[in-house]
Amino acid sequence: MSLFLIAALPFIGALLPGLMIQAGRNTCSTWTGIISLSALIGLLVHAPAVLRGEVITASVEWMPALGLNASFYLDGLGLLFGTLILGIGCLIILYARFYLSSKDPMGNFYTYLLLFQGAMVGIVLSDNILMLLVFWELTSLSSFLLIGYWKHLPEGRQGARMALTVTGMGGLGLIGGMLLLGHIAGTYELTELLEKRDLIQADPLYVPALLLILLGAFTKSAQFPFHFWLPRAMAAPTPVSAYLHSATMVKAGLFLMARLYPVMSGTTEWFWIVTLAGLITMVLGALIGIFQNDLKGLLAYSTVSHLGLITMLLGFSTEAAAIGAVFHIINHASFKASLFMTAGIVDHEAHTRDITRLGGLRHLMPITFVITAVASLSMAGIPPFNGFLSKEMMLEAAAHAQLGDNAWLIPALATLGALFSVAYSFRLLLHTWFGAERHDYPHHPHDPPFGMWLSPALLAVLVVLIGLFSQGLVGGIVQTTAASVLGNHAHPHVHLALWHGVTPALYMSGVAVLGGLVLLALYRPAHGLWHAVPRPDAKVIFDAIIDAATKLANWITDTLHDGKLTRYAAIFFLFTVLASWHAFSGGAGVTLPREPMQADIIPIIAWFALIAATGVTVYYHRHRLLALVVLGIIGVVVSLSFNYLSAPDLALTQLSVEVVTIVLLLLALNFLPEFTPKDSGNGRHVRDILIAVFVGGAVAALSYVIMLTDFAMPSIAEYHLAQSHDLAGGNNVVNVILVDFRGFDTFGEITVLGIAALIIYGVTEGLLGSKVRQKLLERKPNHPIAGDEHPMMMVVATRLLLPIALMVGVYIYLRGHNDPGGGFVAGLIVAIALLMQYMASGYDWADKRQRFPYHASIACGVMAAGITGIGAFFNNMPFLTSDFGYFQFPPLQKFELATAMGFDLGVFLAVVGAVMLTLESLSRLAYRRGDVPDEYPMDINPSRQPKNEDH
Amino acid sequence: MIISYALDFAFICFGLGLLLTLYRVIFAPGVGDRVLALDTMVINTIAILALQGMQQGTEIFFEAAMVVAMLGFVGTVAYARFMLRGNIIE
Repeated sequence: MSLFLIAALPFIGALLPGLMIQAGRNTCSTWTGIISLSALIGLLVHAPAVLRGEVITASVEWMPALGLNASFYLDGLGLLFGTLILGIGCLIILYARFYLSSKDPMGNFYTYLLLFQGAMVGIVLSDNILMLLVFWELTSLSSFLLIGYWKHLPEGRQGARMALTVTGMGGLGLIGGMLLLGHIAGTYELTELLEKRDLIQADPLYVPALLLILLGAFTKSAQFPFHFWLPRAMAAPTPVSAYLHSATMVKAGLFLMARLYPVMSGTTEWFWIVTLAGLITMVLGALIGIFQNDLKGLLAYSTVSHLGLITMLLGFSTEAAAIGAVFHIINHASFKASLFMTAGIVDHEAHTRDITRLGGLRHLMPITFVITAVASLSMAGIPPFNGFLSKEMMLEAAAHAQLGDNAWLIPALATLGALFSVAYSFRLLLHTWFGAERHDYPHHPHDPPFGMWLSPALLAVLVVLIGLFSQGLVGGIVQTTAASVLGNHAHPHVHLALWHGVTPALYMSGVAVLGGLVLLALYRPAHGLWHAVPRPDAKVIFDAIIDAATKLANWITDTLHDGKLTRYAAIFFLFTVLASWHAFSGGAGVTLPREPMQADIIPIIAWFALIAATGVTVYYHRHRLLALVVLGIIGVVVSLSFNYLSAPDLALTQLSVEVVTIVLLLLALNFLPEFTPKDSGNGRHVRDILIAVFVGGAVAALSYVIMLTDFAMPSIAEYHLAQSHDLAGGNNVVNVILVDFRGFDTFGEITVLGIAALIIYGVTEGLLGSKVRQKLLERKPNHPIAGDEHPMMMVVATRLLLPIALMVGVYIYLRGHNDPGGGFVAGLIVAIALLMQYMASGYDWADKRQRFPYHASIACGVMAAGITGIGAFFNNMPFLTSDFGYFQFPPLQKFELATAMGFDLGVFLAVVGAVMLTLESLSRLAYRRGDVPDEYPMDINPSRQPKNEDH
Repeated sequence: MIISYALDFAFICFGLGLLLTLYRVIFAPGVGDRVLALDTMVINTIAILALQGMQQGTEIFFEAAMVVAMLGFVGTVAYARFMLRGNIIE
């Protein structure tokens, strides 16, 4: 089966449970199982080849410019993890079918589970590290859904949130680390990257990359000090704990360390950080685990401890330790998943997981007892179970490890960890299953149905078989996996056996078992001591940190975004000026190679008018209407200077936008008081004036320098000027940029414009029936109002202007590609022409004669632009590639047709629609049935029959 | 030769016109006078655009002037309606 299909199968299959649940719970779980099983079989088909040492790859280019390819590869490590994920996944699906009660939404559960499974398979099969990151984040998200599956439980929600926060934070670090790694190696493909050990370790960025990657791995694998989220995630349903927190998600961090082992390991930094984190986690996790009363809590801390063990082994950076790590991954997954499932069975049957409430279950649930006994003895490292073998390998490796010059610390602590491990394993076994049978269980327990104990039983059988026949059963896969972990074409020597002779490890093991049993015998005093010693509660610390972070974020947001426009402007301007100053002072010194132009009389006057109008606007700014009128000067001067500086396009746009803005503001002013209230004190005024003058001065200085300097690099304007005619067939560069070179931008912009207009329509629609509107309509006007609503002179003048203005609009649209104009300006002019009719004859009269709704105009515009863009596909070109040609139809002269015209038509329609819809929506708010019936265009109509003709 | 002097003279005249209308927009007693002054200012602008077209021998400014004339009218009408009725689209 193609690697693509293996990775995609769980994702595609995630759709099924939600549908199949309609056909019943059995159908739902069966289909989920079939999907997992197919993926597993697909993977195992490749196993013989991989075990022979081949590497299977599958790759397609996705975004080559970013170095992001959809490439997968399967080597020993991938095969091992893939088998664990899919194989244990199948067992969990079976188990969950019986575990979930009829009240739990099973469809959701299996969908989340398959999503998670797909993400995990994606991680272990990814060749491209960017794609690996995507899958990594997906595991965080899907595990959030799984941990918080019981939404009604607060612990479930809190646990899910904590897990997401911690692993998400690590994920962020990992992104940084992986990008650095890819940057150093110059490739994002693991198969190439893993060959570059010397290059990567010699790079100064190696340490930052290592730290960030380890942050990701440690948070995911719950290494100290990020171990605390894992026990809290136990609020999840047991199948989730068994799957995520024994076999898969927490192993993703280990997988990552193992995957990057060939290039990252072996350095001093790696050794110290990874070994110490692993060692501390192993000992601490095991110690806390002893005193857990919750079965799952005990198992969770045990998992933390075992993950620490594997991490430590990877930290040692020796061949024997790496082999031990790989072997322990297999063993831990088998016994721990089995133990979680039996803990779930106990919970399911006795309705409690509290060890102090349990005991003496061995006669009541004999089958479950046998399974638990096998698995927990394996966890304790008792021969002949598989846990013993890998624990011996760990102790052997620890016996040879040195921490700096210290030769005894690691072996001693490793033995201590093993000792604690024995203690909690036996506590689980003895305190739950042995002892006298009790009569106060919340629910009388007995063995569960076959389907529920089958999965843990299969794993327990595996525990025994691997223990007895290790070399024959898993020797091959351990060999291949260790080879891919070690990388650099290593051929590790793997020899798995129960009996290694009398070695230091055997002594350490013996000490651990005896010590563990003694500790358990002294459980009561030890327990008292444990609770007498104060220790930090991770949840309190975590909540405090989250609280502090939230407060900080709120403080920043509230300070920067307090809702006052003046503050936004002040912050933005000051920041911009400071940033510019920083950039400016870092550059070369200022030389001004160009001579200033000679100033004519008109520019000087215009400049003076601009300054004066600006000052006066500030002075009048509380008188709203006056300020608007004075602003008109600025509009006139700006369009004049655009013309003067040879940009008639901009001048036209500026003017038409200006008129539309005036109409819009006048519509709004109708509802607003005449004067703005004074809302800030003099001190703030002085501050704002200083900022404004300072920033204005800075911008002026910058403009002065820019205009007298040549560009440091060739400006893009040159390219546009040179290519506009040849590539796009247009002489008007502004228009060509809008509809062709940057057509995609424009396409987005007209869409946004349309959306904005529709939102305005929606908002005003909601206001139509409101009391506020009623109150505003009924208010007494400030000034006396003239008598005629629709004066005849205005009606006649605007009617005459309508065809002329429409003609101008069409003309400007048509010539836009080669001369000043284009769809945008044309749209504004046509909108203004239509607007005049609304002003002259009123809303109702004009609206009745407007048959084509403006919404549709917007839609047609966006569609016209889109269809023009799609048209390029038929020419085998990317979206929005334009084409043009010259045609001649007698008696017309030769003329040009460009596909950009279709696009420009879209812009035109969208602009007309958006402007008209906005203004119409606003004017509708003020509309009130007038004295003169609205079917007449003007107040005094010469053609109207006099009413009193009888006289 | 003479046309160049005439153009300079005309530029100065309309520049003066701009300044006077500017004064009027800023200091006129009521809003109506200011709007009128602004409209006059737009007319001066049209003239300057036309002069500029003559000076540079191009037709582009002529078309710009036409659009300015049309749009200036609409703006003024909108102000007028606002002053008379308070509501520009009834």
